[in-house]
Amino acid sequence: MKPPGTTRTSRTLPDVAGYFGAYGGRFVPETLIAPLEAFERAYRRIARSGPFRARLTSLLEDYCGRPTPLFFASRLSRHLGGCRVFLKREDLLHTGAHKINNALGQALVAQRMGKTRIVAETGAGQHGLATATASAMLGLECRIFMGTEDMRRQALNVSKMRLLGAEVVGVDTGSRTLKDAINEAIRDWLANVDSTHYLLGSVLGPHPYPMVVRDFQSVIGREARVQIRRAQGRLPDRIVACVGGGSNAMGIFFAFLGDRAVRLEGVEAAGQGLASGHHAARFVSGEEGVLHGTRSLVLQTPDGQIGQTHSIAPGLDYAAVGPEHVFYQHQGRIAFASVDDGEALAAFRLLTRLEGIIPALESAHAVAHLLNDRGRPARGEVVIVNLSGRGDKDVPTLAEAGNLHPS
Amino acid sequence: MNRIDATFRTLGQTGARAFIPFLPLGFPTLETSGMLLDALERAGSDLVELGVPFSDSLADGPVIQSAYHTALAAGVTVSRLFDFLEARQRRSDAPLVLMCCYNLIHRMGIDRFLALCARAGLDGVLVPDLPIEESGPLRSAARGAALALVNLVAPNTPVGRARRIARASAGFVYYVSRRGTTGVRESLDPGLEAAVRDLKTHSRLPVVVGFGISTPDQAAAVAAVADGVVVGSAIVRSIQAHLDADPVASTEALARRFKEAVRPDPARPFTHSSRGRGDR
Repeated sequence: MKPPGTTRTSRTLPDVAGYFGAYGGRFVPETLIAPLEAFERAYRRIARSGPFRARLTSLLEDYCGRPTPLFFASRLSRHLGGCRVFLKREDLLHTGAHKINNALGQALVAQRMGKTRIVAETGAGQHGLATATASAMLGLECRIFMGTEDMRRQALNVSKMRLLGAEVVGVDTGSRTLKDAINEAIRDWLANVDSTHYLLGSVLGPHPYPMVVRDFQSVIGREARVQIRRAQGRLPDRIVACVGGGSNAMGIFFAFLGDRAVRLEGVEAAGQGLASGHHAARFVSGEEGVLHGTRSLVLQTPDGQIGQTHSIAPGLDYAAVGPEHVFYQHQGRIAFASVDDGEALAAFRLLTRLEGIIPALESAHAVAHLLNDRGRPARGEVVIVNLSGRGDKDVPTLAEAGNLHPS
Repeated sequence: MNRIDATFRTLGQTGARAFIPFLPLGFPTLETSGMLLDALERAGSDLVELGVPFSDSLADGPVIQSAYHTALAAGVTVSRLFDFLEARQRRSDAPLVLMCCYNLIHRMGIDRFLALCARAGLDGVLVPDLPIEESGPLRSAARGAALALVNLVAPNTPVGRARRIARASAGFVYYVSRRGTTGVRESLDPGLEAAVRDLKTHSRLPVVVGFGISTPDQAAAVAAVADGVVVGSAIVRSIQAHLDADPVASTEALARRFKEAVRPDPARPFTHSSRGRGDR
């Protein structure tokens, strides 16, 4: 049966070569071609079969806590002057973010492929935590690569991953963040392709990852579509999500791509400000390029070296963005805005005080977009914000920096 | 006939194998790379692979990554590299093959990249993160520019695909001897010999082996089955180790040992050259 709200276009992309229009593809060393093709075949055979879907659905419900609620944020709505803001509560999922939807799905596929070992990268630690959790539950060996800068600012998640039995390997090259962690995870996979599945955490990387991760995350939008209809008797006017690689955003947008009246907005990190050069605003300053196996928009030097990025939110601190986002931006279907560190921090505090929900700094970017002039909702507007994760991981670092309270 | 074909033809006539050192450009500085390249040419290198520093070079292990980061930190840019190559006087007829990650090529545009390669007197290009499915435009443009786009085959490449890759390659076929990244390894893959022999039955091009060959003994073992041997990280590690002393002299001495290890062996039968390759 055709899932509701999908169009012919969204159902048939990517094409056989892994392209969304001009973006995507498979730019990897030859050693990775055979494992990527094997993963794609296994995914198409296993993950789309009835028994697999049933098992995944049951785990998502009983183990992870799906469906997640769609919560009407009444005090935030009043604060914004009479709109209706709903929060899709992915923060309530097991391990605290949407990342488990994909980690569990891929880990199940990997297990059925006979893989005994998982490697993954992590930025904010949420994908690493979800992967370590799924690996523990399925009895798979797990190694997580994480930039040392991110290990410092997300120490709680590092402890949790280790507690779960994962080996956390610090990456001390480049900017010591997500990009560098992906480099090392891919290098590990290159050396261990027979035993190991690379469990990529966002809609990035070589084909078939952007498709696979999107498919596993699209449960968010399918639920939200049913929930908002039940709550409001109609579809929303707008959906807002933060975009690092773009997995939570694509996860909630995908079911609405065919609903042209629903405006889809991605929010990326303006870091210390667009003028400062210290940001991760790919849709502002990115140029077409190839990073981590996919053609997309990439922050890079005039020479083609990959640029250094900055965001207070490690999960948004990445030089490229998922190729499908770039495709839909060019189609005029998804719009992108940016929010800086200070605005995100203010939204983090505000949501906590108004609704009693501590958002992840990443998700706080989506909330912050509603608070500034570019994204403020009109009176009566119905908006869904994908609250992709919870902020427990950020509290210690913010407290240490004296950032929990306005100065 | 271009210089790469000519080199392998000459080597094949005596049963010799190509010694192919790898040099990361701009490490530790462009000036020193120039002297190192001179030294490699003096040492009798049959072909030299030149690495273009890239910030996120996926296929490289820690030794070459670190060299690239040193070069970039010292301000080396792609255009300065090309200026340097164009201005330099060659010390031998050894062909030069550029190893360059795809984003750098994509960024400047294929036509401009090939024009710069031609002006710099390069003979071939090797793009480690550009599989055959994605390399069509670069391949046809390179053919037009008489530059050899060298394809790589990995140990886990299925036979049918390996044939396609070899057919689409130019200059030679680069067989990756180990899974994983570049780097120094203790031992060679036990399946290497069979894999290279198998590939040679499917290709009219010479087959060169690289990744993880770190001692002259390993080079000699590979030379028994392949038409050429690439030595990368071992050379870079030697440069690194002698940065405070005389990296040029020590690198030249190391290169001579590798060159000696792959010298003609009278007992060795001819390989590709005996199969009557025509000019391509």
